[in-house]
Parts: sequence; C-alpha cells; structure tokens
Amino acid sequence: MNWKTFFALLQRDGHVARRNLLPMLLQNLLQPLLFTFVFGRVMTTSGLMPPEYKSMLLPGIMAIAMVLSGVQAVAMPLITEFQFTREIEDRLLAPIETGWLAVEKIVAGMVQALVAGLVVIPAAWLAMGSGVNLNFGHPLEFAVVCLLVAFMASAGGLTLGCSIGQTQIGLMFSLVIAPMMMFGCAYYPWSKLAAFPILQYAVLINPLVYASEGLRGTIAPQFPHIPTAIVIGALVVLDGILLAAGLKKFNGKAVS
Amino acid sequence: MGIAIRIEHLRKVYDSPPPSAARGAGFSFTSVRSGPKQEKKKTEIVALEDVSMEIGAGEIFGLLGPNGAGKSTTIGILTTRTHPTSGRAILGEYDVWKQQVKAKQLIGVVPQRPNLDFALTAREILLFHGAYFGQSGREREQKSQALLEKFKLTDRADQMVRGFSGGMMQRLSIARAMMHDPEVLFLDEPSAGLDPQTRLLLWEIIRDYNRAGKTIVLTTHYMDEADSLCERLAIIDHGRIIAQGTPQDLKSSIPGGYLLRLRFNRVPEELTAALQVLSGVSEVRSKDGTGVDVYADRGGPLISGIVTAAQGSGVDLCDVHIAEPSLETLFLHHTGRSLRD
Ligand SMILES: Nc1ncnc2c1ncn2[C@@H]1O[C@H](COP(=O)(O)OP(=O)(O)OP(=O)(O)O)[C@@H](O)[C@H]1O
Ligand SMILES: [Mg+2]
Repeated sequence: MNWKTFFALLQRDGHVARRNLLPMLLQNLLQPLLFTFVFGRVMTTSGLMPPEYKSMLLPGIMAIAMVLSGVQAVAMPLITEFQFTREIEDRLLAPIETGWLAVEKIVAGMVQALVAGLVVIPAAWLAMGSGVNLNFGHPLEFAVVCLLVAFMASAGGLTLGCSIGQTQIGLMFSLVIAPMMMFGCAYYPWSKLAAFPILQYAVLINPLVYASEGLRGTIAPQFPHIPTAIVIGALVVLDGILLAAGLKKFNGKAVS
Repeated sequence: MGIAIRIEHLRKVYDSPPPSAARGAGFSFTSVRSGPKQEKKKTEIVALEDVSMEIGAGEIFGLLGPNGAGKSTTIGILTTRTHPTSGRAILGEYDVWKQQVKAKQLIGVVPQRPNLDFALTAREILLFHGAYFGQSGREREQKSQALLEKFKLTDRADQMVRGFSGGMMQRLSIARAMMHDPEVLFLDEPSAGLDPQTRLLLWEIIRDYNRAGKTIVLTTHYMDEADSLCERLAIIDHGRIIAQGTPQDLKSSIPGGYLLRLRFNRVPEELTAALQVLSGVSEVRSKDGTGVDVYADRGGPLISGIVTAAQGSGVDLCDVHIAEPSLETLFLHHTGRSLRD
C-alpha cells in the first residue's frame, strides 16, 4: 500500500469537489430542503401536520441528503470517467493497486456525504422554524451511524457507478433513487408501516431505511425507531456487501 | 541501467463486445442483465494469437501493423490495462500481471486516444500525476513547468483541457507520460494528429529521452517514423509477429524492393511491354495515362534501359523517381496488403 499515492488521489478528488462545491450542494440539498420547507413548515404551520412532525422529519432529511450526495459524489464522476474517454486511466496507472483507487473514491465520497449531512441539520432547522426538538445525547452512536451511512452511500455509489453507463443515469434516478427515497422511512418511522405488513418487511432491503432509522434513533429518540444496535449491525453488513460488490465491479471495469 | 522487456506467448481473446467505455456507445448494462438471447451469441475477438518478442534495454522499439493488428492490445497488456488470456509479459525483473504496482512504477504510457483528466487544467494534470508518483511539491512544479515549455503548452497551461485541440491533448498526454521520468515509455501512435513540425519535435524529444538510457516502445502507421526513429521493429498482423529486426535488416530481406515511378508524355501498350522485359523488373503498372510504376530489384542501373524503351516507342520520359526498398514495400511483401488498407 502506497500512502503517498493514496493521499495524492484523495487530494485530486478534493480539489475537483471543491471546484464544484456550490453546484454539488445545490444539487443534493435543494430538493430535500424544499421538502423540509413544505412538510416541516407549511404543513405544520397550517395545521395539516402535527408540530412534532418537524423533529421526526429532520433525521430522515439528513439521511436522504447523505445518501444522495454520497451516491452521486462517487457514481457520477465514475460513470463519466469510465466512458470512452477513459479519464480514469491516469489514476489506474498510478503506482497503487486498483482496489485502493476504489477505496479512495469511497473515502472521498464519504467526506462529501458527511459534509452534506452536517450542512442539512442547520439548514433544515432554519427552513422549519421553531419547534425542532433534537437530542444530541449520544454523540458516539450518532458519529458511528453517520460514518456507516456515509460509507454505505459511497460504496453504493461505487457499485452503481460501475454498473451503468451514461445513458442510464436518468433510469437510475427513476428506478433506483426515487423508490429508495419514498420507501426509505425518511418521511415516516418504520414502525408506522405496521399497517402494511408486507411492505414493512419488503422495505428492509432498502439501505436508506437503516440510515433514516439510525439517525432518528440517535438524534430524535423520542420517536419510535428500530433499535440502534440492530441498525448498526445492518449497516455494517450492508457496508460490507456494497464494498465487496463495488470492488468487484470496479476491478472488472478497470481492465479490459 | 535500462529496462528490458520480454513477452512470452501472449494471447488475448476479447470475449465480451467492446465495453461502451472503449467504444463510445451508450449501452453498457453488463452481460448479466442482457437477455439470454444476447448471451448465446457472445462475440469472441482474437486480438493476439501468439506473440513472443524481446525488447532490449535502452532500445527504441517499434510495433508496426495495420488497423486491428493487435498493437494497442500488446501495449495494453504491457501496461497493466489489458488482461492477457494467456502468456506472460515481463518488464525488467517484474511480471507485469503479478507485480502490477512495481511495473506501474517503471512505465509511462501515452494511449492511442488521449485520456486526460477533464476535471483539471493542463498544469494540474501534470502536478497531480507527479504527486501520484510521490514527487515532492518542488520537484513537481519544476518538472511540470519544464514539460509545458518543452511541449509548447505554457500559454494554455491554466485552462481546462476540455477545450484543447486534438494535437494539444496529444502533446499534453505525452508530457504527462514523461512527468515521472519512467524507465520505459510506451507511446501508442504518438504522432497521430500532430502537425509535421510538432512531429519532428516529438521525434527529437523521444531520441533525447532515449539517450538517457530509457527504453521506448512505440506503435505507428508511418513508415518514415518507424524507419528513422526505431532501432528495431516488429511487424504484427492478425495478432502475430510476422517479421522483426532492424529497419535495415527488414528492408534488405525483400527481393525487388525498388520502386521506380516514371512519367511520360503518353504511355502506349508497347512501352509497358518493353519495360516488362527489362532485366530485374518484376511488375509494371501504368496509371492515369502518363505514369508508370516499375517494381524491380535495382534502381539506377535500369534507367538506361528505360530511356531506350521510351525512345523505341517514340515517347518522352519526363520524370523519374526512384524509391529505395522501404518499410512500405516490406509491409506489402509480408502482409499482401498496404498498411492503409
Ligand atoms: N476492449 C476491447 N473489447 C473487445 N475487442 C477489442 C477491444 N480492444 C480491441 N479489440 C479488438 O481487438 C483487435 C485488435 O485491436 P487493437 O486495438 O489491438 O488493434 P491496433 O493494432 O491497435 O489497431 P489500430 O491501428 O487501429 O490502433 C481488434 O479486432 C479490436 O476490435
Ligand atoms: Mg491501436
């Protein structure tokens, strides 16, 4: 393992990400924040939603923002870089095992996911106005969940980015990302799906469920949520699966 | 010092259709997702049948061959970009596919299609490339500045490469390959898309680099390039090496290598017939009314016979050009087709 090369690769991704910081944040945060404003402010103030909904919603919005930015931060550049221009080749020729380049992509994606997640908390808070009730009493668990969610998003981005071509990006959003967001327990707690027993168990394959429930359990524990220990276990398993799948796909794409 | 290269029985069969990545087509759902019907008629392309060769340390070695001969595939295998189906590639003391990182440390690669990092400016491309290879900040600054000057890119150094012309991208791509001072430099059609002046500049740069003891492997379609630049050549066609040696050796290995291009005021039947029977002439081709190409095993000594034949038919000889045995004719001889077919 060649640390100098690894850090140089990270620096390159950091450099490019900083150059695109504003569009990137707008792309990943605008939609969740508009949702926050409409449901967390307009609907609650007008009495269509109970005021507690705000605090229930915020962890979900944070989960969505993290997953969206992590997936996109890794998948989008990979899709273009593996196109016919083979932009990534320069880095594949860097003196480091190709697997580490994939790991570097994941780390870079994690940083972006974490930044997005941390920006969302104050931003959503502002959008919703008063009455948000968060509890930062478990900082360690919160940090662990955040890291695991960020890793999951990036590793998922790696897998997706190595599985589809440029023309399927739109398809990816409508077939993968959109259902994931709707059935990711971001806008409602998982326990409330009890009225739809089949759906309740079907959504458990959705990684976003664990992100939402995990964040809810660590910063808004007053709402029903899947026990944090179980969430962490599930996240670790998902992280492992996505990492293995992503590495396999990446190595397959890296050589012809 | 210098690094030698050995290739043993390389074979490469592409069993998937070219990925969209390599071809620019949009379709790329992997074979897992394509229907069973598509899976059955899997296309197998044999790019290399069986290629063995040795490239000496500090040599400028040329790979010559028509489109689809397997040149890029060979380079790809030597540079860890293409996985061989069987056979071995050894770079210095490392097996390229078993010790990839060691091998990557030794090589610089200029691919056939520029694969520049479009998210960066020209200077950043060089700086980051140096960083990947562990160069210090100072070293990178100096080296990149020197290379930008050498390849005449200083005035565009801080622009995104997306807007570069093809030749500029090619130049930058060569500069990048030299950034970390690799022991072996691979250039896949380095002069494609370069203007004649830049091409000469590039040859000079390549020779200079070689003088420092570096091994250089290049592919080309240009006979003059192979002829004047390469110390040794291999001619490859249909995934096999069909001839190798110094350009001189290769040229002297073919009979009747001279080509006399003649021009008359007109070309009657009897003239071509008279030329045909001159001693040493193997083929006569007349074209567009006034020109005649004579293939023969000698050049100058034939002139007097040609003049006599022309007088005999009552026509004037207007122009004579004698082409010495060239790689072009050599290529024709070995493959039965011209390099550009
Ligand atoms: N990634 C790929 N997937 C499938 N087939 C490929 C791939 N790359 C090359 N081929 C095939 O392998 C054969 C050899 O190609 P290669 O690129 O090595 O030729 P080349 O000698 O470099 O030709 P050119 O002069 O056109 O560059 C061709 O038939 C080509 O279609
Ligand atoms: Mg080629």
